[in-house]
Amino acid sequence: MSEEVLQQASPGLIPGSGTARAAKPTRLPPSFVSWLQAGPMMLVFLAFFLIPLVFVVIVSFWDYNEYHLLPAFSGRGYTDTFEGCIAQLPDLCTIGKTYLKTLKLCFMVWAITLFIGFWVAYFLAFHVRSKTWQMGLSLLCTIPFWTSNVIRMIAWIPLLGRNGLVNSGLVKTGLINHPLEWLLFSEFSVVLALVHLFTFFMVVPIFNSMIRIDKSLIEAAYDAGATGFQTLVNVIIPLAKPGIVIGSIFVITIVMGDFITIGVMGGQQIAAAGKIIETRVNALQFPAAAANAVILLIITFLIITMMSRIVDIKKEL
Amino acid sequence: MKEGRPRSFYVLAIFFAAYVLFLYGPMIAIYVLSFQGPQGGLTFPMNGVSTFWIAKLFQGTGIVDLGAAFRRSLLLGVIVMIVTVVLSVAAGMAFRRKFKAQSILFYSAIASLIVPSIITSLGISLEFRIIDDLIKAHWNENFETSMGLLTSGLGAHLTWTLPFGLLIMFAIFNRFDPRLEEAARDLGATPWQTFRHVVLPIILPSVIGIGLFGFTLSWDELARSSQAIGAVNTLPLDLQGLTTTVTNPDIYALGTVISAVSFTVITLALGTIHMLNKRQAAKGSDAGKGLV
Repeated sequence: MSEEVLQQASPGLIPGSGTARAAKPTRLPPSFVSWLQAGPMMLVFLAFFLIPLVFVVIVSFWDYNEYHLLPAFSGRGYTDTFEGCIAQLPDLCTIGKTYLKTLKLCFMVWAITLFIGFWVAYFLAFHVRSKTWQMGLSLLCTIPFWTSNVIRMIAWIPLLGRNGLVNSGLVKTGLINHPLEWLLFSEFSVVLALVHLFTFFMVVPIFNSMIRIDKSLIEAAYDAGATGFQTLVNVIIPLAKPGIVIGSIFVITIVMGDFITIGVMGGQQIAAAGKIIETRVNALQFPAAAANAVILLIITFLIITMMSRIVDIKKEL
Repeated sequence: MKEGRPRSFYVLAIFFAAYVLFLYGPMIAIYVLSFQGPQGGLTFPMNGVSTFWIAKLFQGTGIVDLGAAFRRSLLLGVIVMIVTVVLSVAAGMAFRRKFKAQSILFYSAIASLIVPSIITSLGISLEFRIIDDLIKAHWNENFETSMGLLTSGLGAHLTWTLPFGLLIMFAIFNRFDPRLEEAARDLGATPWQTFRHVVLPIILPSVIGIGLFGFTLSWDELARSSQAIGAVNTLPLDLQGLTTTVTNPDIYALGTVISAVSFTVITLALGTIHMLNKRQAAKGSDAGKGLV
């Protein structure tokens, strides 16, 4: 109440404050202002994210022929996807194999990005002492994120190709006689490119967690006689856990849905969860594509739920 | 813990340097290779040095209609940037008070960030297909499509840039001193004046950061555009299409040109942020400098 009185009084109190209009007696209600401010963003998410997701689920239960979507209930999108899964038991069917492969890629990329991301963030947070250097080096890690992913993928071709730098170097030194074929358009190059592209998503949240750790805790551990390793395991890692989990969620969901990196770096030969969707869309089998999207969504959601059990994400942002 | 550098510092410094080399090395390799001589191929060694491939790109005799795709991507990038900045700043302000649907918006943004892009992209394309079918069935039989660069394409890009914008706004207001606004209010400023003359100048460097994210993420966007962009391609989509077919340095030249735009924007944005920060430091607060 008193605030209101002050606000009404102040323009009169300050001589010559012609620009300051007298506060209107009836202000817009705060909740209305909030809606005005947040509404447009909400609308964008509604129109281009939430409703599209609903359509994915609906269309996944539609029927289709070679040319058209047929808006009639059908489980064909799903039965086509899981075709032969029961008949082939105990062998895995195509979709089972594909998901196993995707999970394997995912796990490898996760483990490597976590290792690199953790130590890069650790170096930036604890070893770089001046704020300017910290800013500069963080920026150095961020700039590639602002450049094109496709370019960062094709950038490996002159290095890893049959006549690329690595192969010609190895042949010249006599370590191998023939160029290695598995360097490019292989699982190896896919993992390498994914690590190259997405370690950034691990570095940022881990760095954010680490920078908030009170340095006196580390000194306390040191004073209490903890070795560097003990401090790392018992102080730093538990306190950096939120960042580790958030980074892991980013990397895992990106790799689970990826079809571009796996396509380009795998020479379009490697099957993956995201690529099935792309293939189905290209064949205009939208309900089957949507069914695969629903399956991918469920699996991704399960992984995230498991991981967010470990930390409360909302509290950390 | 103060004296000297521990051995772990040197080990990690080398590790960090190796990581940076890993980040930049391959990119630099293709920038260099795009200046191959006319006889050059896709790999080292360089076969002479020339601007042949880059010039070829601009003559339009090459692989794609680069000019049109370039203009399309630029237009979309600028629009995405503006919309991202305006909507993120507005929503960021809203989050400083409690309001209904706050957590719905928050979780929508996070979900939009982590739901695989191909799913969002597919959903948008289905949505627009269904809208098209409805229009054809009920209003206009000759209707072509409502899908396009500035409808479905713009929406798809925003689902990717807005979460970043919102998260940056959270970071800004985490360390924003609300007493500055109170002071402005006490001096009789209206809410708009408080925002325009107090809040905005303080957060401006970070707002430019949001713009930087908005433009660069859109300029390089691929996964979400793939199904939702409609009949025309953006520059990254053209580039991706070339990866399977092209066998000469055209593709590196195109990569270099795209990167040049990215780096120009990054430099401009970082330069402006730096300038604003310096100005703030010089002219901003005189607290503690005069009478104590």
